[in-house]
Amino acid sequence: MTVSPRPAQASDTAAAASARAGSRRTTSAGRQIRRGWQLYVLLLLPMLYLVVFQYWPMYGVQIAFRDYNVVNGILGSEWVGLKHFQRFLDSYLFWPIIRNTIVLSTYQLVAGFPLPILLALALNYVGGAWFRRTVQTVTYAPYFISTVVIVGMLFMLLDPRNGMINLLLSQIGLGPLDFMGNPAYFKHVYVWSGVWQTLGFGAVIYLAALTSIDPTLHEAAIVDGATKLQRMRHIDLPGIAPVAIILLILSLGSMLTLGFEKVLLMQNPLNLQTAEVIDTYVYKVGLASAVPQFSYAAAIGLFRSVVGLILLVAANQVARRSTETSLW
Amino acid sequence: MAATTIKPTRSDRIFDVWNYALLTIFFIIVLYPLVYVASASFSNPDAVISGQMWLLPVQPTLDGYRAVFSYESIVQGYLNSVFYVVAGTVVNVFMTILAGYALSRRDLYGRNMFMFLFVFTTLFSGGLIPTYLVVDDVGLLNTRWALIVPTALAVYNVIITRTFFQVTIPHELLEAAQIDGSDDFTFLRRVVLPLSGPIIAVNVLFYAIGHWNQFFSALIYLTNESLFPLQLVLREILVQNSVDPSQMSDATELLRRQHLRDLLKYSLIVVASLPPLMLYPFVQKYFVKGLIVGSLKG
Repeated sequence: MTVSPRPAQASDTAAAASARAGSRRTTSAGRQIRRGWQLYVLLLLPMLYLVVFQYWPMYGVQIAFRDYNVVNGILGSEWVGLKHFQRFLDSYLFWPIIRNTIVLSTYQLVAGFPLPILLALALNYVGGAWFRRTVQTVTYAPYFISTVVIVGMLFMLLDPRNGMINLLLSQIGLGPLDFMGNPAYFKHVYVWSGVWQTLGFGAVIYLAALTSIDPTLHEAAIVDGATKLQRMRHIDLPGIAPVAIILLILSLGSMLTLGFEKVLLMQNPLNLQTAEVIDTYVYKVGLASAVPQFSYAAAIGLFRSVVGLILLVAANQVARRSTETSLW
Repeated sequence: MAATTIKPTRSDRIFDVWNYALLTIFFIIVLYPLVYVASASFSNPDAVISGQMWLLPVQPTLDGYRAVFSYESIVQGYLNSVFYVVAGTVVNVFMTILAGYALSRRDLYGRNMFMFLFVFTTLFSGGLIPTYLVVDDVGLLNTRWALIVPTALAVYNVIITRTFFQVTIPHELLEAAQIDGSDDFTFLRRVVLPLSGPIIAVNVLFYAIGHWNQFFSALIYLTNESLFPLQLVLREILVQNSVDPSQMSDATELLRRQHLRDLLKYSLIVVASLPPLMLYPFVQKYFVKGLIVGSLKG
């Protein structure tokens, strides 16, 4: 996909739409379709795209249960059931890969989730428009830098001999650290460079949510003598909580997905033991290796998708029960 | 806040001090690496490597930029990327408007089913390998279209576009046009499109920046180097650290000296990041708005 910050919570509008549609079912379906045939013509190309590039691959995912080879095609290849899943579970790489994936995504969530909220709350109490706009513009900018360039910058600025960060560290006597070569540092470099890049972008949504808070709440609180800190705690935080919960659910759902491109680019033989995650392994087994194992790779990928879907549904359930905010 | 007449309390003044301090720290941490890279791209590489350059360029030079623009695969990649951005974005916006408009119509029979078909793809997908096999099956592998057709539409953009139409095009407008004998095609072209400036801008920005920064599709679908977008060339030079002096007609001499390699990289980072950052002024106006329409009212 191209830029896809966050899939919006479309299903509740769909539900609302169905309620509206229900009241309009006076015209018969056939007449409605005939009158609106041009709308179906408009939908033709987009639907064709969905069918070919989204639903056909979903059909093709059955190669995970077969010994796929190109000559026999999907249906001609032998059905082997859960063989490839079993092989992945038994692989000596299974636990290291799962552990790396969970460590990286949990760390990313814990470090990356609160900071944009903090930035948005802080920006919201800045009086001067100039200062506010400058901070916002600058913190937002790294979002537009490509992953390849970000990783390139990491290699250069973290270079043990002459990278900027290490020059700084040696100045204060912390000595040069081999950030990209030492497997112990991989997760820190990955997560904090990600925070650096997306901090400002993440704050935008919270800032928008903050502007939609009823200003009379603040006015009343000021009259009652509430301090800024108290207003932040009792007005702003509850005000943006629904948005925060939605974003949290979505990031739980995509936990196992990670910034796959970035992980792949940051990998090298020295840090691979902590840097191999599910998606990069799928890519290596399925496409990058000299003998591509399509079925095995598809099985690992499917395993990841299913676990991701389960996480999303579970997170949504928990959120709905405990906070009454949910995706659907 | 509105209450400037009330005298700030002591705790509010302490709060303000901490607040500004915190924001200044955020500001510096984000800005400094960017300034450092930009300054390094204009500096004598020996000064950068030995730690003499901290903020402003030292012994300014344009050698890095000269090397970048004489490096054949960079220039080729740059041109390829421009093609992918322009062609890809045109296809994306066209498809997104079609889908977004049709799905915004309340009288579209089966709308919920269509919406579900769109949204479901954001929850579950076939994954890398099955998608790759489809791209191979339809004969797109190793063609320019491999970077355009398989990402012809992003469901997220369809949803914000649909929301935009629902909010800005009242049903009465359609009814009035229908009384005047206008059909849906004419209505879309004559009435809806002229009102869609902001949402088209949002889509162009989302998609164009996505295409410019895209590298993974190219990595898996393309093997022919003459089709490589800039990001793949960048990966070779910045990440895999392989600078090929034979790529440069007149700067070969420069590259023989190891330190100029680093200068080339700093300049390359600036050159590669410039196009998305040039769109930045529009970003403030439209990108943020689009993000908000899509995520809060979605």
